[in-house]
Amino acid sequence: MDWINAIVQGTLLGGLYALFAAGLSLIFGVMRLVNIAHGDLIVLAAYLGLSVSTVLGIHPLVALALVVPIMAALGYGLQRGILNRTLGDDLLPPLLVTFGLSVILQNGLLEIYSADPQKLQAGAIETASLQLGSLALGYLPLLMFACSVAIIAGLQWMFYRTALGRAFRATSDRQDVAQLMGLNRAHVFGLAMALALAVTAVAGVFLGIRTSFDPSIGGGRLIFGFEAVIIGGLGNIWGTLAGGVVLGISQSIGAEINPGWQVLAGHVVFLAIIALRPRGLFPRMD
Amino acid sequence: MKYLNPSRRHFMTGTAAMLAAPAILRATRAYAQTPVLRVGHVSPRTGPLAGFAEADDYVLQAISERFAGGIQNNGKTWAVEIISKDSQSNPNRAAEVAADLILRDEVDIIVAASTPDTVNPVSDQAEINEVPCVTTDCPWQPYFFGRGGNPAQGFTNTYHFFWGLEDVIGAFLDMWGQTGVAKIAGGLFPNDADGNAWGDAENGLPKPLAAAGYSLTDPGRYQPLSDDFSNQIAAFKAAGCEIVTGNMIPPDFATFWAQAAQQGFTPKIVTIGKALLFPSVIESLGERGNGLSSEVWWSPNHPFASSLTGASSRELAEGYTAATGRPWTQPIGFKHALFEVVADVIARAQDLEDSGAIVEAIAATSLATIVGPVDWSVGPVKNVTKTPLVAGQWQREGDKFDLKIVANTAQPSIPLTGTMQLL
Repeated sequence: MDWINAIVQGTLLGGLYALFAAGLSLIFGVMRLVNIAHGDLIVLAAYLGLSVSTVLGIHPLVALALVVPIMAALGYGLQRGILNRTLGDDLLPPLLVTFGLSVILQNGLLEIYSADPQKLQAGAIETASLQLGSLALGYLPLLMFACSVAIIAGLQWMFYRTALGRAFRATSDRQDVAQLMGLNRAHVFGLAMALALAVTAVAGVFLGIRTSFDPSIGGGRLIFGFEAVIIGGLGNIWGTLAGGVVLGISQSIGAEINPGWQVLAGHVVFLAIIALRPRGLFPRMD
Repeated sequence: MKYLNPSRRHFMTGTAAMLAAPAILRATRAYAQTPVLRVGHVSPRTGPLAGFAEADDYVLQAISERFAGGIQNNGKTWAVEIISKDSQSNPNRAAEVAADLILRDEVDIIVAASTPDTVNPVSDQAEINEVPCVTTDCPWQPYFFGRGGNPAQGFTNTYHFFWGLEDVIGAFLDMWGQTGVAKIAGGLFPNDADGNAWGDAENGLPKPLAAAGYSLTDPGRYQPLSDDFSNQIAAFKAAGCEIVTGNMIPPDFATFWAQAAQQGFTPKIVTIGKALLFPSVIESLGERGNGLSSEVWWSPNHPFASSLTGASSRELAEGYTAATGRPWTQPIGFKHALFEVVADVIARAQDLEDSGAIVEAIAATSLATIVGPVDWSVGPVKNVTKTPLVAGQWQREGDKFDLKIVANTAQPSIPLTGTMQLL
C-alpha cells in the first residue's frame, strides 16, 4: 500500500514538475534558448499572483486571469527587447544574459517584497482531499496534474494544428528559410516566449498555493524543470510530461526507501536515462 | 595610448608614491587625536536567511547613536566604527567578507550572527587570522562541533553566546509534558547543519526523547526544498504520532503542513525549530498557523534590560515595531546584545592595540544583557556561554498571532504568558 501511495503521490508531483518544465521545453524547441532565469520567472509569477490577489481581494486561481496575460506581455517584451539581440550561432550569450536576468529578478524581488516567506491563500482547496480506499489524494495536487495535462495537450494541439504552431515549427527548422517565406522571426520568437511565460504564470501560482516562497527559491526549482525536459526528450511536449512524471515517481520511491534519497533518486534516474538514451526517452529533435 | 607608454619621470614618481604610501598611511593612525577602533559585522542581509537580519538597520542605528561619543578605555576616548557586510546567506560568501574585513579593513573585533551558515565561516576566518570574534544566534553544538572544536582545548580567539540543543529539548519536553498527549513523536530533520545536529542519534533529539519515554519516528534526513513529504506523513500516520517536531526551513514546513492536511494527518502538537520563529511565516500560513509552537530565545516579556541604553525588552521590541511597522522578531534582542558585549569589551580591555588583550577581555565578560547574562566563565565548553531558553505557542489574538510563552520550568524568571493548547 505504501508503494502504491508513493507512486500515486509521485505521479501527482510529476504534474508540478511538468508545469515547471513546459515553458522551458517550448522555448528550447523553438529557438534553442536555454533560459537560466526560468525558475526566477516562476517565482516572479507567484509574486504577481500574490499582489493581484491581495490588492483585488480575489482567489489566487481567479487572479490567473490577470497574471497569465501580464506574464505573456512581459515575455513578448523580454524576447523582443533583450533576448532576440543575443540569439545567433553561439549558445553562450543568451545563457549569460538569462543568468544575469536571474540575478536581477532575485534581487529586485528581494528589494520589493523583502525576504519574508509568502504564500497564496487558496482556502479550503489547499487541504481538502479525495479518499480512495486508504489513498488520500489532495484536490490541489489533482488539479495541478489536470492543469498540467490540459496545458500540455493544448500546446501540442497548437503546435501541430494551428498556423502559429506551423510558424513555430518552420522557424525552429530553418530560421532563414522561414524568414524568406514571410515569417518575421523576431515576432515568432516573441510569441513563443509569451506563450512560455503564460505557462510559467500557471506554474508560479500553483507553486505559491502549494508551498511558501521567497525571492531565492527559483534556482532550486529550475533543475527539476531541466531534468524533466531532458528525460522526456528535447522538442517533445508530451515527453516533458512523461519526464516530469518519471522524475516525480523516482523521487517518491526514493523517499519511500529513505527520505535522504528523495532528491538523489531523481538525479540518479536522470543520469541513468542520459547514459542509456542520451537523447531522452521520446526525442523529436536532432 | 598615452597611458600605455609612461615616461620615465611619470614612472618614477608613481613608484615613489606607491612605496611611500604605506609609511605615510601607517603614520596617520598613530598621530590621530582620537584613536579609532573598527568593528566588523557580518550578517545575512539578503537571501533565504534575510529574516534573521531584518532588524539590523534598526539595531545598528541605535548602537551607532550610542557609540557616537566614543567609548572610554583606560581614560582615553576611542571612536568606534562599525563596518557591516552582507553574507548573502551563503557560507562561502560569509568567509570571503570576513577575510575582507580582517585583511582589507583591518578590523580590531569581528562579530557575526544568524545560523551556522554565517557564524561558523566568520569564526573560522577570525581564528586563522587571530582576530577577536564574538558571535551569537546559532545553537552551540553546530557552532562548536561543526567547526571541529575539541572540548578539552576550545578555540583561542572566537567566543559564542546562545543556547544549546539540550535546552531546546528540555523546553520542548516541558511544553509537551503538561498537555498529556500520547508520547509518540515524529521527527523531520533536513540534511543541513541544523538538521543533522538536531537529529544526531548521540547529541541530538533522539536520545533525550527516548529517556523521557517518547518514541520517535525518524524517517531520515530529507533534502531541503523538498516538494513532497507524503512518505514521511505515511510513516507518521502508521506510527500514530501525536507530536511532530524537528528543524525545518519555512517553505519545507509549508509544503509538509499542507500535505499533512490533504492526507488526513492531524497531530495534536507541532513544534518545529527555525521555521516557526518569525511572525511573517505564521501569517503566511493563514488559519493553519494558529497553535504551532517553537522555541523562544527572546521576547518582549523577558525580564531583562539593555546594559547600553537601559531599554527593557519590551521597549526594544516596541521601538522596532514603531520604527518599521513590522512585528518584533527574536533576533532583535540577540543582535542588540552582541553590540552590548562589544561595548563592554572595548571599555574593559587592558590595551586596545593588542588583540590578545581584547580576547582576554572577552573571556572575562560578565554582563547582564537584554537576552540574559553573558559570562564565558560558565558554559558547557570553553568559548561558549548559554542564554536562557523557553518554549512558546503561536495563538491568534484578534487578527494577529502572538507568541505566548507556555513552558518555563528551566527558566522560572521568564514569566508564562499563556497556556499550551492542543491543535
